[in-house]
Amino acid sequence: MTLENNAEILKVENLRAYYQMNYFGVSREVRAVDDITVTMRKNEVYGIAGESSSGKTSFIKVLAAAIRPPLKVVSGTAKYSFSTGPIDVAHASPAEIEAVRWKHLSYIMQGSMSVLNPVRRIGRTFQDFAQRPLGLKDKAFEDRVVAHLARLKLPPDVLRAYPHELSGGMRQRVTIGLATVCHPEFIIADEPTTALDVVVQKEVLGLIRDIQKEMGASVVFVTHDMSVHANVADRVGIIYAGRLVEEGPTREMFFAPKHPYTAHLVASLPRIGDTQQRPALEGRPPNLADPPQGCRFHPRCPLAVDICKKEVPPMEVVGPDHRTACWRWKDVEPLVNVAKPAGVMA
Amino acid sequence: MTTLLDVRDVSKRFTMGGLLSHKVVEAVSDANLSLNVGTPEIFTIIGESGSGKTTLARMILGLELPTSGEISFRGKTVSHRVSRQERLDFMANVQPVFQNPFEAFNPLKRIDRYLEATAARFLKLKQRDDLDAAMDGALQKVGLSLAEVRGRYPHEMSGGQLQRAAIARALIPNPPLLVADEPVSMVDASLRMSIVNLLKSLRDDLGVSVIYITHDLATAYYISNRLIIMQRGRIVEMGDARTVLDNPEHPYSRLLKASVLSTEDAGDGKLGTDPGMVKLAGELVGKAGRLVDRPDGRMVRVY
Repeated sequence: MTLENNAEILKVENLRAYYQMNYFGVSREVRAVDDITVTMRKNEVYGIAGESSSGKTSFIKVLAAAIRPPLKVVSGTAKYSFSTGPIDVAHASPAEIEAVRWKHLSYIMQGSMSVLNPVRRIGRTFQDFAQRPLGLKDKAFEDRVVAHLARLKLPPDVLRAYPHELSGGMRQRVTIGLATVCHPEFIIADEPTTALDVVVQKEVLGLIRDIQKEMGASVVFVTHDMSVHANVADRVGIIYAGRLVEEGPTREMFFAPKHPYTAHLVASLPRIGDTQQRPALEGRPPNLADPPQGCRFHPRCPLAVDICKKEVPPMEVVGPDHRTACWRWKDVEPLVNVAKPAGVMA
Repeated sequence: MTTLLDVRDVSKRFTMGGLLSHKVVEAVSDANLSLNVGTPEIFTIIGESGSGKTTLARMILGLELPTSGEISFRGKTVSHRVSRQERLDFMANVQPVFQNPFEAFNPLKRIDRYLEATAARFLKLKQRDDLDAAMDGALQKVGLSLAEVRGRYPHEMSGGQLQRAAIARALIPNPPLLVADEPVSMVDASLRMSIVNLLKSLRDDLGVSVIYITHDLATAYYISNRLIIMQRGRIVEMGDARTVLDNPEHPYSRLLKASVLSTEDAGDGKLGTDPGMVKLAGELVGKAGRLVDRPDGRMVRVY
């Protein structure tokens, strides 16, 4: 299964988005997204991994065209090529964004409990979100929604329920339904399964994957849980302290990582049937208001040498579809025995 | 061998609704478990939300009264008719670690204040030097130091550091038992392993027993000695962690194991759960059954 030849749907180039604050004469700048270049293809699930305060949420805000002060795009572009024409969401006018939002570009939000309005029935929430982009009225609209919910294995009764009457898994399926009812071309999923239990989590992930295949949409899947990426994403990009440090096909990232941070993330996943000591990464993520010089990972990196402290490593191509930003990527080895590859490498 | 903690036939029922139409929810029914003094261990309680694992932990900590049954610590009942002095003695011996370190600490209060209050209350220390020594000792055990923590507020530390500080606070009275309710679920991936390894070293080096509550089977397999699996308030399987998780017997345990996302087939996108399995496990909810012993030392609920 290769998606390398699929057409591009999103091209992000040298994107920098900073939080710029100026209170009482004291200005402060937080470089949340610093020079990220990435392309996403049609019909692809692209996983973004990174810990809290790594800038992944700010990056997603730009992609979702939800850029509000103090977040500001300083330079670079984020260009979508939708069927209706290209749009650069980093510099588009509100009217242009309005035209694509929800219809072409939608968003599965984190924490289904706080997303759905607790005092509105689910049906009303669907009207709020989808009636205008779909351009349907009354019966036709309801039929469309009911048909869509059936695909998510939800009974039509949920439209008349309040959010608190549904279980956590059902609520999450409702938010997936909200995001997909207009058949968007690009879906952003921000930690959609973090609050769910293991059994429900697997079900919801399967559902997102199925509906993505069925509609041929592209999905950006954001979570810090690498085991979720292993099962959902076609390609994974790792963000550390506002920069993309490595991206590549999921399988490569797990079995042949080329950045020490990726190697650590993968190695720190314990597995059933294996009790060997797992290494823990010491130190803490850097403060983005005052990031370290050179490679931002160097204070925590076991391979760091002098050059890492001075110069920012460039993004190098290290394999098909595989790029990394590390001075010593040739010396990066998978730590511990990270699960053996099942079957033959495709 | 004397028992450290003994939980006997403990049940907890919550009544929901008003006087005329209410329903009774059995959060925990007939839970039995015991920990021994001589052998420190990590005892894991696994279950989904709504399985009663947190209610059981709250009862062990004395935050809830069991509806029936009895919890005793070192042979003394701690669940009923406890005087204030006995309660304080118990609290010095059993300490909690909570899920979200950012919620466990008051954001407006310095972290060393918490450590100091704990040291003053349970160790009855008054001198500045003694207090500092107790705080520093506990922080050293978790890989921090007083110099790093003093004067800092919760927002100035990362989630992993803060969770370590929470564990250090719990360690100040030198308790033989910690109750940790999902201590890693809110901590970042790169820091999670350091907390899990810390719990392991507390057991191995300091001889502290830990009741570790989680829904993550992989970390449970990694650190625990014994475990119980709970489904809707009932213990469905209990025994040695490796024996149970390598080859789970109860349908619900098997479903949980099957739902763990594996990294072995990374990139293949296999996400199907056998619907028969879900159905089989779902049918067993609410059936009483009884726990029977198996030759390999585990206990399984049969119907």
